Amino acid sequence: MFDFIVSFFPRAIAQGVPLLYGSTGEIITQKSGNMNLGIPGVMYVGGICGVIGAFVYEQSLPSPDALNPVLAVLVPTLSCLISSLLMGLLFCFLTVTLRANQNVTGLAMTTFGVGLGNFFGGSLIKLAGADIPFLALSATSNCFKKSLPVADKLGWFGEMFLSYSFLVYLSIAIALVASYIINRTRTGLHLRAVGENPNTADAAGINVNRYKYMATCIGCMIAGLGGLYYVMDYASGIWANNAFGDRGWLAIALVIFTIWRPNVGVLASFLFGGLYILHMYIPSGMNLAVKELYKMLPYVVTIIVLIISSMRNQRDKQPPASLGLAYFREER
Amino acid sequence: MNKQNQGPLVHIVKRGVMPWYFGWSIRALAIVLALVACGIISSLVTGENAVEIYTAIIDGSFGSKRKVWVLLQNVAMLLCVALALTPAFKMKFWNLGGEGQALAGALASAACMILMKDMPNALVISCMVITSILAGALWGAIPAVFKAKFGTNETLFTLMMNYVAMQIVAYYSVVWENPKGSGNIGVINPNTMVGWFPQVGSSKYLLNIIIVAVLTIGMYIYLKYSKQGYEIAVVGESERTARYIGIKVDRIIIRTMLISGAICGIAGLLLVGGTNHTLNADIVSGRGFTAVMVAWLAKFNPIWMVFTSFLLVFLGRGAGEIATDFGLNQAFGDILTGIILFFIIGSEFFITYKISFRKSGRKEDK
Repeated sequence: MFDFIVSFFPRAIAQGVPLLYGSTGEIITQKSGNMNLGIPGVMYVGGICGVIGAFVYEQSLPSPDALNPVLAVLVPTLSCLISSLLMGLLFCFLTVTLRANQNVTGLAMTTFGVGLGNFFGGSLIKLAGADIPFLALSATSNCFKKSLPVADKLGWFGEMFLSYSFLVYLSIAIALVASYIINRTRTGLHLRAVGENPNTADAAGINVNRYKYMATCIGCMIAGLGGLYYVMDYASGIWANNAFGDRGWLAIALVIFTIWRPNVGVLASFLFGGLYILHMYIPSGMNLAVKELYKMLPYVVTIIVLIISSMRNQRDKQPPASLGLAYFREER
Repeated sequence: MNKQNQGPLVHIVKRGVMPWYFGWSIRALAIVLALVACGIISSLVTGENAVEIYTAIIDGSFGSKRKVWVLLQNVAMLLCVALALTPAFKMKFWNLGGEGQALAGALASAACMILMKDMPNALVISCMVITSILAGALWGAIPAVFKAKFGTNETLFTLMMNYVAMQIVAYYSVVWENPKGSGNIGVINPNTMVGWFPQVGSSKYLLNIIIVAVLTIGMYIYLKYSKQGYEIAVVGESERTARYIGIKVDRIIIRTMLISGAICGIAGLLLVGGTNHTLNADIVSGRGFTAVMVAWLAKFNPIWMVFTSFLLVFLGRGAGEIATDFGLNQAFGDILTGIILFFIIGSEFFITYKISFRKSGRKEDK
């Protein structure tokens, strides 16, 4: 049993980290009243742009040995952040400045982002004219996967808590910081005011559009890191089309599951990660079909949480009141 | 920097009522701009000139008789899901669960085909019709009941229901797998053709297209001329007004979602019984999401939806043709679709609002 936990726990965390990035980003976004259903697309874009950055960097090297570990991490991370920022700006420009419908814009962004990821994932080699058989950035991935050297020496404790790469710890740190900022600082108070009632916030002198822009763009950048983590660490630098799957939607599910609290998201994302891979551990014998039903669990759990939170109708456990609505000062 | 006495440089005002052609000409302009942008991007990626790109796009849809039929079939299916979502959207109920509701319908009809394979064809088909409509309606009504009773957020609820439906279908794909061990259901009843819809006319797609055409007109009439359509519009415009004039909002929400889900169920039925004759979790292939955009772009008008769904399918197939011709990845179509959607979404702003710049005082200030 103990061995099982030691082997299950790190895998659940590895599955949970992209979800944690996605949900932290989406919570920040939704707190500003923007419902960004483009998060799955943003995560694809973040992932593929990380791949493109790493690919360009690796191709520019005279030999694989000349790889500078710092640059190998920095280049993909920056290209991931910049591309996710651009996606965030696009969403904000359409929904905040042009006041377009957020659901439609988000879905269009998901179509676009997933298409972009799969397109460049499938065609990057051909477009760049490189002479490698398939997209495997193992050298860059090894730099991303560097974990603390002491992890091996500490037995099960090291394996369970210290054996991860920096992106895992970063995801937890970001979630905790986001939670602190949202709930304990003036910026967070303003952000929540914008999401709950932009009219009041505007009257109080808060720049509604600026908060919406900032929150959505920062949220997209955080979500993009989730895509980067998935390709570079979890998938060992190998891009496979559609491999990222429905994790983006699970991240949105997680937002509801945690009732808009990033600090709860840390544990909840690992729980979801566990639920996501639980089917691999079920001793169902020959019955493969039941495994498909286990994959349903995270969504069913989310629906139940959604129903219960709406039934109990507690004021601190509701979605931001103006979620999904565009704000126009002259419209009352 | 004394700006106290001045209005802002850019001022946005809502337009009054504009003639109908005004909005559509702006939209047409947006589509043209989007096509130009797509042409430029395609040229950059493929290195071909723009003329060849556009030829390839048209060729993808009208290149051969078969391609035209496939185009029409895809338009019909997308339109069917979009029609289903429309009454809900008019009510401001964001039904993002078209995918799941259509899958529920598809699952029900596939179940009839598999479990009743020895029964007479007419009985099987009537069972398929009834069960798939019921299944779709049920899948749509679950979020509606909770929305009506507790105000549960329907956008997120319907979204999650998609994945529940997908996993249930995946479960039955393994249960009914044929041949054993393949993990998917092959063509159902390939020899007896029990549960296959009869072929009307020259193409197996014609029946689906006719059914969807009837649905389109029916939905147009329902929304525009029936009492229920009017109630939907009132609830969508203002729930409080609806309550005030004695409309039972809960009942309208549930009834409308039953209709919405039922038509999604028909889409699933047509996919399984009419064309594919099989079932897998990807059978609706994202139409539930694309249909949201189709319905929204057409401003929830069923007749305009014919054009918007045609536009999206046409471009998707055109982009697919480009991808095949130039050896690119099929996902290229999604990128072009996304770009076009961004343009059209952005253009809505210029239809609703007018930008007026500050008249004077700018230069003296500097």
